[in-house]
Amino acid sequence: MLVPVLTVLSVIVVLWYGAAIWLNAQWTYDQAARAGAEVSFSELLADTLTQDRPVLPAPHQVAAGLWDGFFAQKVTSKRSLVYHGWITLSATLLGFAIGSGAGIVLAVGIVHNRAMDLSVMPWAIASQTIPILAIAPMVIVVLASVGVTGILPKAVISAYLSFFPVVVGMAKGFRSPRPMQLDQLRTYNATRAQTFWKLRFPASLPYLFASLKVSVAASLVGAIVGELPAGGAGGLGARLLSGSYYGQTIQIWSALFTAAILAAGLVMIIGAIEKATLRRMGMGG
Amino acid sequence: MIWFWGSVGFWLAAWAFNAWLARQKVARGRAVRLFIPALFGVTLLILWEGVVRGLKVPGVILPAPTQIWAAIGGSLPMLWGDFVQTILKGALSGYVMGCGAAVVTAIIIDRSPFLQRGLLPVGNFVAALPVVGIAPILVMWFGFDWHSKAAVVVVMVFFPVLVNTVAGLADTDRMQRDQMATWSASYGQSLLKLRLPAAMPFIFNGLKIATTLALIGAIVAEFFGSPVRGMGFRISTAVGQLSLDLVWAEIAVAALAGSAFYGLVAGIERAVTFWHPSQRGR
Repeated sequence: MLVPVLTVLSVIVVLWYGAAIWLNAQWTYDQAARAGAEVSFSELLADTLTQDRPVLPAPHQVAAGLWDGFFAQKVTSKRSLVYHGWITLSATLLGFAIGSGAGIVLAVGIVHNRAMDLSVMPWAIASQTIPILAIAPMVIVVLASVGVTGILPKAVISAYLSFFPVVVGMAKGFRSPRPMQLDQLRTYNATRAQTFWKLRFPASLPYLFASLKVSVAASLVGAIVGELPAGGAGGLGARLLSGSYYGQTIQIWSALFTAAILAAGLVMIIGAIEKATLRRMGMGG
Repeated sequence: MIWFWGSVGFWLAAWAFNAWLARQKVARGRAVRLFIPALFGVTLLILWEGVVRGLKVPGVILPAPTQIWAAIGGSLPMLWGDFVQTILKGALSGYVMGCGAAVVTAIIIDRSPFLQRGLLPVGNFVAALPVVGIAPILVMWFGFDWHSKAAVVVVMVFFPVLVNTVAGLADTDRMQRDQMATWSASYGQSLLKLRLPAAMPFIFNGLKIATTLALIGAIVAEFFGSPVRGMGFRISTAVGQLSLDLVWAEIAVAALAGSAFYGLVAGIERAVTFWHPSQRGR
């Protein structure tokens, strides 16, 4: 299992080094031509992998940028990736909690009310085909003009993105019990609340975790994009934007990898909770 | 205030009507099933209009639907230019390249179980990452015009389609493959006649996910720099000038384009995978 993955990863790293040399070579040749010097191959190698503003930073430069951002700075410093990562993470988590909570509530309504099912469900499905992220700058500016700033506008965008996957997934999950099981509860004269807590809710848990994984990744994207219009207010999105303004490629790549680590961590946490829960329920291996 | 209470009253009345309609036998019919969500959508628009007019919400916070409609009607050529720049040039070309490359890659690695076991976890991992973050880098590499947007879209759609296609190519059972073997079909024949058609539902699943991703990628990439046209550019500059009716007009176009794009792919799917259980019995 591990060997093929590691092989592919090392091939990627090798390709990355090759691409870094190839893409950064132009700059080295230009510098040498201006100085009127010739570049040997070993000088080319050394230079392309150590430039300050490379077109493509080499993996070790990104690793050094990450190390610098995580461990070499005080966590309250504006250059610390922990500081920016925490800003993004807090907005992500708040938005994720709001969005998935509201999504579950709406799904309960959809399953128990036929009029709601028929009116809201088609829109919830259709909304998945819409590039919702486009509204992000507007939400930030409008909320700022009403006087709401800070973490909340970003959380609103995150919540909005994480909302619909949960609605669609949970509406499916609450309906997943088979008719025979529902009939069984009817013969027990169970109330709707009892049916919900003892049958529908436990049956929907696999769907819940599947949609939570999708929606936590979506809410991280929402938080990052929500930080773009806010400018220098901090966060990984602001890091990406200022890096692209000033050509600080290493900064961009470090922010990108921090975001990737965050996303992977969040999805893995949910995966671990999923595994533990489903095992205790006797549903997963 | 008449606007406000009138629209709230209309909303309650329409909701009661929908609730009544949903309990009737006719609610099983196709027309009613389309009518109920349509009425719900219209009610939302009227409620929106009523709240904005009744409470005198300033246009820089939330423009009314009629104002947005006026903005759409008043700037059609500009909206069309943005649509061509972002959707047709940026999103669509990137979508075709990215999905094509993903399907071809899946077929190439199909012969090597080693590569599959190595690439699939990596692909699954990358598919969950915030790939939009790569936009500033690609804008730096490929310049401000639509090429960089297409590049972002290629990266965003590649992995979901790859993962789905590989899963689809594995979705034939032993009996079917044995049948091909008894006919002494070559690898290419069994790929073309059995496994690719069987993979189509999976491939289209990936393609449908990729439609939304493509539009998001093309629009968000424009926030990092673009020529003076394009939907993402227009949204970010119009927000800066507080002309929110124009922003909403762009969002309406994006929503329409997104739904149409998705609908187009879903239509092709229905034509290609007519044999699949999820497509029958409609």
